[in-house]
Amino acid sequence: MLSVEHLDLFHGDARALDDVSLEVPDGAIVAIVGANGAGKTSLIRTIAGMHRPAGGRITFRGVDIAGWPSHKVCNLGIGQVAEGRQVFPSLTVLENLEMGAMLPRAKALRRRQLERVYALFPIMAERASQAAGTLSGGQQQMLAIGRCLMGAPELVMFDEPSLGLSPTVVQDVLRTIRDLNAEGLTCVLVEQNVAVSLKLASRAYVLENGRITLSGTGAELLADDRVRQAYLGL
Amino acid sequence: MKAILDDMPVRGRILAAIVLLALAAAPFVANRYLLSVLTLILYLAYVGQAWNLVMGFCGQLSLGHALYIGLGGYVAALFWLEFGVGPWIGVFAAMAVAMAFGAVIAWLGFRFGIEGVYFSLLTIAFAEFTRIGFDNMAFTGGAGGLFIPYEEKRLGEWWNLRGGQWMYYYIALLLAAGAVTLTAWLARSRLGYQWVAIREDETAARALGIDAFAVKMKAMLISSAMTAVGGVFYAFYYNTLFPSQMFDMGRSIEIIMAPIVGGLGTVFGPVVGAFVLTPMGELLIAATERLGFNAPGTKAVFYGAMLIVIIMLRPAGLWPWLARMLGVWERKP
Repeated sequence: MLSVEHLDLFHGDARALDDVSLEVPDGAIVAIVGANGAGKTSLIRTIAGMHRPAGGRITFRGVDIAGWPSHKVCNLGIGQVAEGRQVFPSLTVLENLEMGAMLPRAKALRRRQLERVYALFPIMAERASQAAGTLSGGQQQMLAIGRCLMGAPELVMFDEPSLGLSPTVVQDVLRTIRDLNAEGLTCVLVEQNVAVSLKLASRAYVLENGRITLSGTGAELLADDRVRQAYLGL
Repeated sequence: MKAILDDMPVRGRILAAIVLLALAAAPFVANRYLLSVLTLILYLAYVGQAWNLVMGFCGQLSLGHALYIGLGGYVAALFWLEFGVGPWIGVFAAMAVAMAFGAVIAWLGFRFGIEGVYFSLLTIAFAEFTRIGFDNMAFTGGAGGLFIPYEEKRLGEWWNLRGGQWMYYYIALLLAAGAVTLTAWLARSRLGYQWVAIREDETAARALGIDAFAVKMKAMLISSAMTAVGGVFYAFYYNTLFPSQMFDMGRSIEIIMAPIVGGLGTVFGPVVGAFVLTPMGELLIAATERLGFNAPGTKAVFYGAMLIVIIMLRPAGLWPWLARMLGVWERKP
């Protein structure tokens, strides 16, 4: 579905991504694992069109989208749940959700997607007219995911969806991602919670200093000594 | 239009109708001085609203809106003086020129990631170098200024903005009421929501596929065009144009005071702010003159003090608080 080949990205003079290649098959959960500053967020944002790569190809369903602006990338069906629960605090829950359906591709599907989001997160229907800033951290993360789904994406990139959430809420969020995937949504998952994300993932990549240093199935990486030492503390 | 009214609580609709009626009737009871103060209030409410779109809703701090006042005023005045073309046509040229400048600033700022305080500096820089340019351009009168002559025979040509205090008052009222209606409509529009999204979290807005550049550009274009209309009004109301006055930093500050005091990103905030600030400023000037000391900076000091008080006591502005008190709470978009 999505394939990244030899992607290079610079922030000024600093190299953020160095010859990154990865493959996201249709219907998969692909995990990207790495330390802080390894380039995970840079990678997601480059795919999403928020950074312009210096070189390489990003192919989505056969179209090279490298260097496309983000609103065009979004409209192809690549959604993003950005890092840090970025809801619009003064807008209501419903307005936040509607912001996700402003894409041309999503406008006609608005009602259907809203019903889907409400079915997935009943609390959003209850709180529809409440300002999003008054929701709890976990609810805000659910809202951010719901808002992304309003755009009817085929692929969603989750950037640290469990950041700053309590353990039980983290479980809820990860279960939601698994359920969405079971319904056919292709997912890219960037998680600090390495053990859990590798368990969920059918394929995983380790990113270090902007380079892919290791890849394999989730189970293979879970069993890999280097991964166990560096990221699982075993 | 109906949707805007539906959004207002009944008490709000009644209050708005009363205020509008009172303002429409004001010339019949107010004396000339009071009417001139009211005209100034409505003018400041209008230009404040124009700025409010770009800062209050879209979150981009322009500190150089005097640029559009100056350009608007000069373009319409030159059309009138040089070609005999009245401001009812000149205003479109004024809007076009202001939008062209606004587009260049927005393009530089938003395309090259000049954000936050650097964007504000960019807006100041443009206003300043345009001022210096006008100071030295012979055909605009240079630093010596431009004067629109008072012609007895033209009085009553309201389409040419030639008339008495009543005419200016009603035009200012029309502008202010129009700006409020436009803002109320925009605030509920797709574009209005996109502005707020960018104001609250630009990265998140972009992640949802909002074209941040286009959306911010639209805010600047609409705001600069609206402000230019205010500049045309200003030029034909006061009949004198000096670069040091039209493009001055102080004028930019004057524009932004009402919305800040009234409430940024609200539909009625700039109006409330103008109605609170302007009379107080006028009273203060009258008082200092009465006391016999002529201190030119008094108004600026007063604005500064007001700003500090408001930011400390009502950081969201007077209107959200006042509206709650009156039970006409405008849902903040």
